[in-house]
Amino acid sequence: MREELIISGRMNPMVDPTLNIWHWQIPLYLFLGGVAAGILFFASLYYIMGREKKYPAAIKWAPMVTPFLLILGLAALFLDLNHKAYFWQLYLAIRIESPMSWGAWALMVITPLSIAWSASWLKELFPGWHWKYTFLEELETWFIKYRLIFAWIMLFYAVVLGVYTGILLSAFNARPLWNTSILGPLFLASSLSTGAAVIMLMAKSHLERNIFSRIDLIMIGIELFLIVHMFMGFQASTQVQIDAANMFLGGPYTEVFWIFVVLIGMLLPAFLEVLELLGYKIPIAITSTLVLTGGFFLRFIIVYAGQASRYLY
Amino acid sequence: MRFAMAIDTRKCVGCSDCVVACQTENAVPIGYCRDWIVEVNDGTYPQLVMEIRSERCNHCSNSPCVRCCPTGASHYDYGGIVLVTPHKCIGCGACIASCPYDARYPHPKGYVDKCTFCVHRVKEGLPPACVAVCPTKCLYFGDTDDPRSEISLVLKKRKYKRLIPEAGTNPNLYFLI
Ligand code: SF4
Ligand code: SF4
Repeated sequence: MREELIISGRMNPMVDPTLNIWHWQIPLYLFLGGVAAGILFFASLYYIMGREKKYPAAIKWAPMVTPFLLILGLAALFLDLNHKAYFWQLYLAIRIESPMSWGAWALMVITPLSIAWSASWLKELFPGWHWKYTFLEELETWFIKYRLIFAWIMLFYAVVLGVYTGILLSAFNARPLWNTSILGPLFLASSLSTGAAVIMLMAKSHLERNIFSRIDLIMIGIELFLIVHMFMGFQASTQVQIDAANMFLGGPYTEVFWIFVVLIGMLLPAFLEVLELLGYKIPIAITSTLVLTGGFFLRFIIVYAGQASRYLY
Repeated sequence: MRFAMAIDTRKCVGCSDCVVACQTENAVPIGYCRDWIVEVNDGTYPQLVMEIRSERCNHCSNSPCVRCCPTGASHYDYGGIVLVTPHKCIGCGACIASCPYDARYPHPKGYVDKCTFCVHRVKEGLPPACVAVCPTKCLYFGDTDDPRSEISLVLKKRKYKRLIPEAGTNPNLYFLI
């Protein structure tokens, strides 16, 4: 039986012939938000565990970049909106059912928190630093007094931010590729891995670099497991999900996914990390860059391929 | 009240009158559409089966588009009709990605637009423009909660299918087969 499908009268820009509503802004935001979530997760976790002396890069240095990542991400998100003048409507509603709504609110909490967190370490990192206005001094004293509580809040929102980007996509049952609950944990693992990569890059002590390189190695292992698991799940599912998986198993996304995400972004850095643990000298910048590249491509490919995957009826 | 539409695929000739009527009635921007025609040809010559469907938003009872909208711009309105409030819509596109029927499009003015079942006409007791104009009278519009409405009667009499019910949307377009 041969089936021919003719659709007439319909050629809506950005929807036909395949969905193309989200461009570079969304995956860029997912990536930046993910890296920031990863860094802030480790910062608050190790602060709560009292490892301030041991892991200064994770707790004090790396969070310095998160406000920039988050603001850049928010800017990308804003650029993506088609009805920009109305963006404030996001903050007039809390809609539990909409991952985008709680993501927007989570960003509203974690962005100022990341700024306050970074600012509260400035004096320690740059002796000679002083605030121009007394109210900032007072604010700092107040924040430092309750830093532990803020660390708990930040830990919670870092996980929300890391997971939500995956859930945002997996909630779309109209796009079979996204419609898998693996995407949440996969994006969380990727954000922890990329966050660890930034910390590795900024770590000055050998001990800290070593620990985060180990954490990263574990995260990569988890990601690989989840990816295999995801494709197995697709293959055992409905026809639309089999078709979605086939985009990566011989289809148009095969090369870019397996080369840029899996090989360059996961296997290669994992190999380098193992070598390093065995005592070889590997420039950390190379490993970090590879991990970040992998995380970046993962978001781009999933966002683009998901839009191309659909129900046919 | 539950508004729904039935489309007789055996009567539809695919003339696209409904598409044009909608564009005119709702001032749909040029190059966009809220409804469209799908023609499915099955089999090999000479054993051919053809089905023609006039499609639009399914005004789903379990709409992913309403669920994912972060501002509440997409909402259930009069008689279950799914509508978008333009001044609440931020144009994030989530609802466009969430619709398995690709029934929504980004309006050039920034907000998201789609079929409204001509709610402005329905409130006055008139049928949607596409139904009013159809030359073969293959479109039925009405309240499926009312057992005596024309659409309820036709759904009782005829076999029908709904499109991708497995997407969990609980759609309200019935295609008579
Ligand atoms: S057909 Fe699409 S746009 Fe219409 S109610 Fe259903 S999900 Fe929403
Ligand atoms: S584009 Fe508009 S209607 Fe659609 S989900 Fe976003 S805010 Fe809601």
